[in-house]
Amino acid sequence: MQINGVSIDDTYAEAFAMWGARVLITAETAKWALAAARAITGFATSVIGCKCEAGIERVVDVAHTPDGRPGIAVLLFAMDAEGLGKRLVERVGQCVMTCPTTACFNALEAEKTVVVGGALRYFGDGFQAAKLLDGRRFWRVPVMDGEFVVEERFGVQASVGGGNLLILGEDTAPTLAAAEAAVDAMRVPGVILPFPDGVVRSGSKVGSRYKSVMASTNDAYCPTLRAVTKATRLGAEVGCVLEIVIDGLDLAAVEEAMRRGLRAAAQPGICRISAGNYGGNLGQYKIDLRSLLGPT
Amino acid sequence: MSLTLTLHTQPEVPLEAEAIIPERFEGMSAARIAATRLLYGNRGAALGDFFHVEGQADGELRVAGDCARIKRLGSAMSRGRLVIEGNVGMHLGAAMSGGEILVEGDAGDWVGVEMLGGRIVVKGNAGHLVGSAIRGGRVGVRGGEIIVHGSAGNEIGSSMRRGLIAVGGDAGDFTGVNMLAGTVVVLGRLGWRTGAGMKRGSIISTNPAEMLPTFSFACAYRPVALRLVLTHLRGLGLPVSDEQIAGRYRRWSGDAVEMNRGEVLLPDR
Repeated sequence: MQINGVSIDDTYAEAFAMWGARVLITAETAKWALAAARAITGFATSVIGCKCEAGIERVVDVAHTPDGRPGIAVLLFAMDAEGLGKRLVERVGQCVMTCPTTACFNALEAEKTVVVGGALRYFGDGFQAAKLLDGRRFWRVPVMDGEFVVEERFGVQASVGGGNLLILGEDTAPTLAAAEAAVDAMRVPGVILPFPDGVVRSGSKVGSRYKSVMASTNDAYCPTLRAVTKATRLGAEVGCVLEIVIDGLDLAAVEEAMRRGLRAAAQPGICRISAGNYGGNLGQYKIDLRSLLGPT
Repeated sequence: MSLTLTLHTQPEVPLEAEAIIPERFEGMSAARIAATRLLYGNRGAALGDFFHVEGQADGELRVAGDCARIKRLGSAMSRGRLVIEGNVGMHLGAAMSGGEILVEGDAGDWVGVEMLGGRIVVKGNAGHLVGSAIRGGRVGVRGGEIIVHGSAGNEIGSSMRRGLIAVGGDAGDFTGVNMLAGTVVVLGRLGWRTGAGMKRGSIISTNPAEMLPTFSFACAYRPVALRLVLTHLRGLGLPVSDEQIAGRYRRWSGDAVEMNRGEVLLPDR
């Protein structure tokens, strides 16, 4: 199968069951909402080293935020609900509460919830107070610029992490351009791309020749190793491979993002588009690339 | 068609109608509903002595006619919707725990006294002691919302523990007296001695007011929590402006004769 002359591998992305949350950050200005959003999603590229994966989902207009101020929605994902709750407390506490003028709201209706504001309220040292509106409890924690308002509980739901596309290009420039176009196209509701500006160049495989290392470079897709590793899946025409990892609140959102990404990345200078998997032995979801595109 | 009770005989003395709640009439015939016992003065009476019964219970109960002498409508209701198409008497929705009551006219004193949950909306004015504790009681409203589009009398939110009371017009004296917690919002003017004896909680007005000497000025700021409350009230139909939502408010802490942990927020102008 080809799109715009770019070959789509007959393979699948292997994705994993994760737990996700949507956090809405508001602030006096869009600048400070974005500052907090960047902070809370920082150092959250991979659960392997960061304990969670996070990214900015979208800008939320003042007409659609609870306090009528500029907002940013971010998504966070972790391997289980309990761990996600811990990450939320850590990150909302250290990255949002610390940021001038912000407030922090749950933006995911889900059956299961975790306590966030209910834990952070103790920073108020007894001066905190709560407001209950429409069944939602908001904590008011006194801080030096006024009050930090944070919702007591945040919804968490079973989600999908680790959807991915591998873009195999002839050279760095066209591969970067294709990856950037794909990232732009893949920003759909319920999805984040947790790596820097959505793109990762250090794709990994499970395990290593070193016992203490749980993940190591994906030598099968390293152009410099084509001649020295039996695992290589690259032809001599490939000089650069970039990966886009997709986490979503449900499988349909991940698939939609991948579908858009496949089409957008099929550009001149791209040899193939593939996906990473572990032989189907680790992940709960197999997202077949050609099936995403349907009959052509 | 929802169940409708239409007043055909105006009571000469107060009629205590705590039995008139939507959930009580579920699955009942019109005849059985008409036989429901009420307290008329100090004697028993049948609901049908005062009301025509029409329609079937479908979760919504409508009461038509001037019910200013009918007390305790909607008492202890826990679900459904009660619509009163005219005025209503005292103790509307006393101790209710869920559902919604809508009064299209005025309501008497003690609206939502010791309420636990649900919502009461009064399109007209309300009397004294909205959302309060009964005399001798220690705790008033423990949850839910009371929204009065018009004005209200004295001692609204007296001893309230949780929940939200909002008044679109003016309030009388002693608003939030002895409050334990919760929120009272008055979009009109407050009377005298606001927050006297309050321990915790918030009293908010969009007009300046005279504070008791046992309240201390803290600062002028833009409370985000107030944005949530006022935006919520605007969504319920109260006339809240953008300026009021985004405005700067003066925070007074008190009452110092109690825990001094309450707040009164007044516009900074």
